[in-house]
Amino acid sequence: MSLRFTKDHEWIKVDGKIGTVGITQYAQAQLGDIVFVEVPAAGRALKAGGEAAVVESVKAASEVYTPVSGTVKEGNANLPDAPQTVNEDPQGAGWFFKVELSDPGELDGLMDQAAYDKYIAELSA
Amino acid sequence: MADPQGSNNTPLKHTPLDALHLSLGAKMVPFAGYNMPVQYPLGVLKEHVHTRTLAGLFDVSHMGQGELSGAGVDAALEALVPGDLKALKPGQIRYTVLLNDEGGILDDLMVTRPAEAGKENTLYLVVNAACKDQDFAHIAAKLKGKAALVRHEDAALLAIQGPSAAKVLARFIPAAASMPFMTSRTDTFEGVPVRLFRSGYTGEDGYEISIPAAKSEQVARKLLAETEVEAIGLGARDSLRLEAGLCLYGNDIDTVTTPVEAGLSWVIGKRRREEGGFPGADKILRQLKDGASKKRVGIQPLGKAPARAHTEIQDTNGNKIGEITSGGFGPSVNAPVAMGYVDSKFAAIGTKVNLMVRGQALPAEVAKLPFAPHRYNKT
Repeated sequence: MSLRFTKDHEWIKVDGKIGTVGITQYAQAQLGDIVFVEVPAAGRALKAGGEAAVVESVKAASEVYTPVSGTVKEGNANLPDAPQTVNEDPQGAGWFFKVELSDPGELDGLMDQAAYDKYIAELSA
Repeated sequence: MADPQGSNNTPLKHTPLDALHLSLGAKMVPFAGYNMPVQYPLGVLKEHVHTRTLAGLFDVSHMGQGELSGAGVDAALEALVPGDLKALKPGQIRYTVLLNDEGGILDDLMVTRPAEAGKENTLYLVVNAACKDQDFAHIAAKLKGKAALVRHEDAALLAIQGPSAAKVLARFIPAAASMPFMTSRTDTFEGVPVRLFRSGYTGEDGYEISIPAAKSEQVARKLLAETEVEAIGLGARDSLRLEAGLCLYGNDIDTVTTPVEAGLSWVIGKRRREEGGFPGADKILRQLKDGASKKRVGIQPLGKAPARAHTEIQDTNGNKIGEITSGGFGPSVNAPVAMGYVDSKFAAIGTKVNLMVRGQALPAEVAKLPFAPHRYNKT
């Protein structure tokens, strides 16, 4: 399926029961140079909207919230040593974690690309 | 993701370089009541490294500038600060602190005796933006009848910092190159009268340049046109000063920290230690003799996670021993760096401590300041 987005600027891409989560291009641009990333360990139970990862730019620390509930399958092991990947490719190699969805119905509450583009256009206005 | 920026609806003041920042594509944020550039398109990391490698240009026009004059101006201001101002020769700059009656720091500031003839009884003051109104009100009220204060609100202030700063500025002002660290002189920049200070807030060699507001953009654009120079925002200014171990007023020093606790005992002049006569002298002189119960130290996190201001510092047994006051990522050190206050028993370099970050105890140790060596023009 295609990407879904949260108002907190996370994206999720679902393939079968597994969703891959990261932060958006808009979010990385707002944060600026990212210097530290902490990703969740496999097996951790997540609840939609709860804190799942940490991203820090030169100036500030921010939590990354999970768009869906489920169990972490894998954190992106490359990010702690190369946090700048999130700046360079936020919606590709800069993914944060993969989660096995416990309630795929939660995806219906998220924005699609068109709705998210409209949302950030309003934020920037 | 949590919102990294707060919102603020207070009307903001603008520096004379506002239009320049916008034309350079700066990201503007509220700071000390001003709309200020936090970064330019280069970004904080590259701006930081550029300043340490070549030269960076900073708009610090939000800071407060003023002149204090009167026959007994040195003695008058010495009643408010612990520095030896009587020993200040024409053209010399001194870093000092305004103290309250408990020895707490109201602000830190630069005091300069202008080099030019006829200014022997004048002191030029540069104070922090967030404190300037209360500082100048405090000075004017306390020194009423002894010295007259004139604020220079029509003056911009630029800083050019970095190993190429002297070479660049000398193309416009040849005499700038031979100025020693912490000295000041007046000159002209392509016909514009300027006051130069060989000082800064990055740990690098460089200058602060006071310029009439109306001429400041043309001077800034001339400097930016030099190949070595990039515009640098407040984000990199903060990481540069943190690596240099320099205090940020309101974070690392405030009304409940004394100069001794802050590791700034060197600002208390030898004569002033003997004579006293500054606010809070009893407490400060006692601390000089017996030591203070807490001390500002460098903190080196041993992992990768930065520890921000207000992070709790614990001993290795889990007891709270202090708090981080400034912390983040140090681009030149390529590691997290921080400073904070600890119980003096834990202030020795190399002491193992833990930092409580997001509920976890992360290992760190007390470290020597600065993290990045100072490279001032000391001759």
